[in-house]
Amino acid sequence: MDFERMFHEHQDRVFAFCYSMTGSRAEAEDVAQEVFLRAWRSLREWDDKRVAELSQRAWLHKIALNVVRNRVRASQSRPPLAASDAALAVVAAPGRAPESAVESRWLAERVAALPPPQREAVVLVQVQGFPYAEAAELTGRPLNTVKSDVHRGLASLRRMLEKEEVLVG
Amino acid sequence: MSMVALEESLRRLGEVKAPARLAEMVMDRFAVLDTPLGPFFVAWNHDGVSAVYEVRHGEPAFRAWFEDRYRRPLVRSESGPPESVLRRFDMRGVAPFQRLVLEKTSEIPRGEVRTYSWVAREIGHPKAVRAVGTALATNPMPILIPCHRVVRSDGVIGNYGAGGPLAKRRILDVEGVWVGELEKLARRGVRFLGSDTTHVFCMPTCRHARRVSDEHAVEFHSEREAFAAGYRPCKVCRPAEAA
Repeated sequence: MDFERMFHEHQDRVFAFCYSMTGSRAEAEDVAQEVFLRAWRSLREWDDKRVAELSQRAWLHKIALNVVRNRVRASQSRPPLAASDAALAVVAAPGRAPESAVESRWLAERVAALPPPQREAVVLVQVQGFPYAEAAELTGRPLNTVKSDVHRGLASLRRMLEKEEVLVG
Repeated sequence: MSMVALEESLRRLGEVKAPARLAEMVMDRFAVLDTPLGPFFVAWNHDGVSAVYEVRHGEPAFRAWFEDRYRRPLVRSESGPPESVLRRFDMRGVAPFQRLVLEKTSEIPRGEVRTYSWVAREIGHPKAVRAVGTALATNPMPILIPCHRVVRSDGVIGNYGAGGPLAKRRILDVEGVWVGELEKLARRGVRFLGSDTTHVFCMPTCRHARRVSDEHAVEFHSEREAFAAGYRPCKVCRPAEAA
């Protein structure tokens, strides 16, 4: 098993997952590091057959999901969004898709602030492009629950966007 | 913002790229480094050097040792470690006591030596001389953390993890330590050298001691003897606590 190759193949996807789950680049780096170290430790113990049958992308996301869940449990509180962040809303003009780094940060912070089940569902399905069925398997929740979590998560993101646009507009 | 635009923004969030340093946070790299004792494997990451290992044991042995010790992956690097990396050390995998010993040891200048009991006193554990010996014998970064610059106070150069006592003599020689002179002094029981003009006493290899001309040099067998003669310890090599 060529760990280095696996790392280079998946590092961007894993990092994007960690970034949208935590809303912070620094935290995303720590989580992604932990994910790959855990993956390496598992691969070391497994036999070739088990490694060959592995769906790397789903497996790495499963580990990442666990790392994020454990960290939230460990800290138990999410710091509130800094007041200055509201000012960034100005760049997300209505109907315009985020293009710059500032905008993706702005959005990641709001996604990360969603209640955990909605955040997991929105990130897996909307950000990472997993089918609903796979998202259900990864989160260990029923398919219909995941669907409604995505729906509710999107609705609340949209409400946040509209509110903050009014705020700065 | 329309739902379509929001979904498009989320999809783009998934295109964020991992920072270049993530690779260094996950994998240590290694290359072969030429040293005064021949080629050594050197491993490093974003925090600095993490391991130095004798090439003659072979790459598989190095890997196994590294990965068991640190529980992190190690991959081969196309190029050698950057100059800036060689001056920093990643001590995360080192136990607190050993870390104290290694950090203190890395302060010993090239061309000079100190004793095990000197290290023990300097780190605030004057009685832990043996533990200092053990900590240095298992130094995971020999040569770069100069454990070869720590010798026994009775003048015996002592053992050396990276190639035995002969290798230790050789590298000290390369660094400009007069090993033979040092041993002769130690055999006569001389531990410190003082200057009768400054009334300061030093470890024999201290750069200040070496500047003292023969007619002004005074030999001491113990710190008590030096203090009794009215000398004070050098502030650079700190051969003893100030009286």
